Amino acid sequence: MAKGDLVGGSLWQNYSQKVAARMNHPRYRGEISEEEAASLNAELIVADHGAESCGDAVRLYWAVDKDSSKIVKATFKSFGCGTAIASSDVMAELCIGKTIDEVITITNLDVEKALRDDPDTPAVPPQKMHCSVMAYDVIKVAVATYKGVDIGILKDAEMVCECARVTLSTIKDVIRVNNLKTVEEITDYTKAGAYCKSCVHPGGHEKRKWYLVDILAETRAEIDASENEPFIGLSSFKKFKAIERVLDAEVRPALHQDGGDVDVEDFRMDGDTPVVTIAYQGACLGCMSATVGTLGFIENVLKEKLDPAFKVEVG
Amino acid sequence: MSRIYLDNNATTVLDPRVKQAMEPYWLQQYGNPNSLHQFGTETHPEMSIAIDRIYSGIGAADGDDVIINGCATEGNNTVLKGVWTDLILNGDKTRIVSSMVEHPSISHTLDWLENQGVDIVRLAPDADGLITRDILAEGFDAGKTALVTIMWANNETGLINPVKDLSEFCRGNDVLFHTDAVQAVGKAPVNLREVPVDFLTFSAHKFHGPKGIGGLFAREGRGLTPLLHGGEQMGGKRAGTVNVAFMVGMGLAMELAVEALDFEESRVRAMRDRLEDSIASLPDTFVLGKREHRTPNTILASFKGIEGEAFLWDLDRRGIAASTGSACSSESLEADATLQAMVSDADLAHTAVRFSLSRFTTEEEINTAIEAVKATVERLRSISSTY
Repeated sequence: MAKGDLVGGSLWQNYSQKVAARMNHPRYRGEISEEEAASLNAELIVADHGAESCGDAVRLYWAVDKDSSKIVKATFKSFGCGTAIASSDVMAELCIGKTIDEVITITNLDVEKALRDDPDTPAVPPQKMHCSVMAYDVIKVAVATYKGVDIGILKDAEMVCECARVTLSTIKDVIRVNNLKTVEEITDYTKAGAYCKSCVHPGGHEKRKWYLVDILAETRAEIDASENEPFIGLSSFKKFKAIERVLDAEVRPALHQDGGDVDVEDFRMDGDTPVVTIAYQGACLGCMSATVGTLGFIENVLKEKLDPAFKVEVG
Repeated sequence: MSRIYLDNNATTVLDPRVKQAMEPYWLQQYGNPNSLHQFGTETHPEMSIAIDRIYSGIGAADGDDVIINGCATEGNNTVLKGVWTDLILNGDKTRIVSSMVEHPSISHTLDWLENQGVDIVRLAPDADGLITRDILAEGFDAGKTALVTIMWANNETGLINPVKDLSEFCRGNDVLFHTDAVQAVGKAPVNLREVPVDFLTFSAHKFHGPKGIGGLFAREGRGLTPLLHGGEQMGGKRAGTVNVAFMVGMGLAMELAVEALDFEESRVRAMRDRLEDSIASLPDTFVLGKREHRTPNTILASFKGIEGEAFLWDLDRRGIAASTGSACSSESLEADATLQAMVSDADLAHTAVRFSLSRFTTEEEINTAIEAVKATVERLRSISSTY
C-alpha cells in the first residue's frame, strides 16, 4: 500500500493499446473446418482448455501441414475477458509458421510480451497474467493432441507459478539462500505469486499442485531441522557454515554498532572440542575488551547455540 | 458519443436541486457548527431542516438517533464493532447472525470479527434468493446471539428481503436487528415506524445525494460504543466535524427520493421491465430473481457464453456503463459472493451483468441500451468458445 494504490479500479487503464485493439478486432477469431484444412493439405487440430465455470475457456484450431508439420493457419475462440481474447489472438498469431517442435517453446511470457506497446511496460495488470497462461496452456493441449500423447508429459512437472514461470526448486533455493521467512519475500525475489495469486494459498482462482505457503513451511522446517542437528555430527563444511550463521545472527550486529567486525580465520576439531580462530576487524582492532569481554561473549554464544565445548582463539 | 449511465447501484448522479442547496456552504456559511459565534450558529437552521427531512424520510421517531456519518461502510462497522464491544467482549453473547449475500462492508467486517473469535453464522438464501423468517428461525439461538444483520435490498440483484418479518422475529426473541438499507432507501418504502429494526444504515450517494455522507439509525435506547472517539458532535456518538454542505444535501436528497418513490415504482420500473424483456427475449439469457421481489431499478442478467468483463468492455465502447461481479474484473479474481451464493450453476458467476437505472434514466437511453446489448451479445458470442 502506498501512494500509487490509493486511487483504485483502473484495471482497463493498465491494458496496453495492443490488448485493446486485439479485443476490439481480433484477427484470428473463428474456426477452421475439416474441408478447409484438407484444402490446405493440412491436418486439423482442435484443442480445448478451461471451462466457463472457471471463468476462462479457449479453443485453438490449427491447420498443420501434412509434409512439413508447420502450422499454416491458426484461429481461436474464447470465453473470457478482454485480456483473454487478446492473449488468445496473439497466441494464434505466434503459432503460425512454426513447426510443432517450435511451437511448444512458446510461453505465456512470449504472449504477454507480444502484447506490449513498449518493451518495458507490462501489457496487462498483474492479476491478468493468468490470461496469457491460458493461451499458452492450450498450445500444449494442441501439441499433445497432434502427437497423440498425454498432456502430462509436456507440462513442466515442477512449475509452481505459471504466470511468472517459477519452479519448485527455484523457490526452495531462494528461501534457503536468502533465509526467507514470508510469502511476500518469495514474491519479491522471484515474482512467484505476484500475478493471479492462485499459487499463494489454496482457495484462489485456480487449483494448484503446490502453494507458496506450503513450500515455505516445508522449507523452513527443513532449515530448522538442519539447524538443530548436533554440531558434532555435521560435516566440516556444514560446521563452518553453522559458525558463520551464528556469528551473522548473534555477534556481528553487536560489533557493527561499535564500528567493528570479526572474521573466521580458521576452524579445527581438537578431539571433541571445536576450536575457532577469529580475526578482529575495524574498531575491534586494538579495543581493550576485544581480547577479554568480547572474546568471552563470542565463545559463550557459540557454546550456547552450537556446542558447549566451543573454544575461541584470536589469530 | 453520448454516455448512458446504468450503474446506479454503484453510485448516482447528484440531483441538481441538491447541488444548488449545498452551494451556500462552501463560500458563505462555512462555519463550524460547533462554534459559538455566528459563523457557526448560522448553519444550524438548515441542519435542523436536513435532520427533519432525514427522520421523516425513513420514519424515525424523535426519540431515535440518526447519526450522520461518512458512509454506510462506517455505519455498518459502527454497528458490528459496537455490538462486539458491548455484548460480546463485555457481555455474555457469542454470535452474530448474517447472510451469505451481504455487501463487503458487512461480510469483510464479519470475517475480521470471526478472526477475533466471534461466532459468525452466514445464512444461505432460499431458491428465490431471499433470507426469510423461516431461514432465520431455523436453529436460532437467542441466548447466544448478539445481533442479526441482514441487508434490506441486495446490491447485485435488487432482491428485497422481508425485513419487517425478520425484524419482528428478532424483536420477539429480544435480539438486536440491523439492516444495511443502502440499496433500499430511495428505491423502496422504508418506514421504521412499521418495521422494528434496531439499527439501519444508508448512504446519500445512492439516492442522488453527495458521496462521503451517510446515516446510522439507532432506535431509542439502543446505545452503542462509538467507532470514532473525539469531539461532542452527534451527541458524542460520532466524533468529527460535520460536513454541513453534505448533510444539507443528504437531507434534501432524502426528501426528493421519498417523493419520487411513486415515480420509481411506475416509470423506472416500466423502463427496467422493458430492458429486461428485451434481454429475456435473447436466446440463452436469464435474469436473477423474480421481478416482484426486486427493487424497481435493478437487473442482474446472465448471458450464456459471454464473460462479464468482456460484456462491460463492449458496452463501455458503446458509451454504456453497467457492472459485473465476474471474477475477472476483481483484484482477487474471485467471483462475487452474492452470485456464488445465489446460483447453483458456477458458469453464471462469470456471465452476469448488472444494469441499474435511476429516476434520471430516459426512455431513449433504454432504447439505445437495448440495441447495444443485442450488438454486444452478437459480437461476443461469435468469438465465444462456449456458445
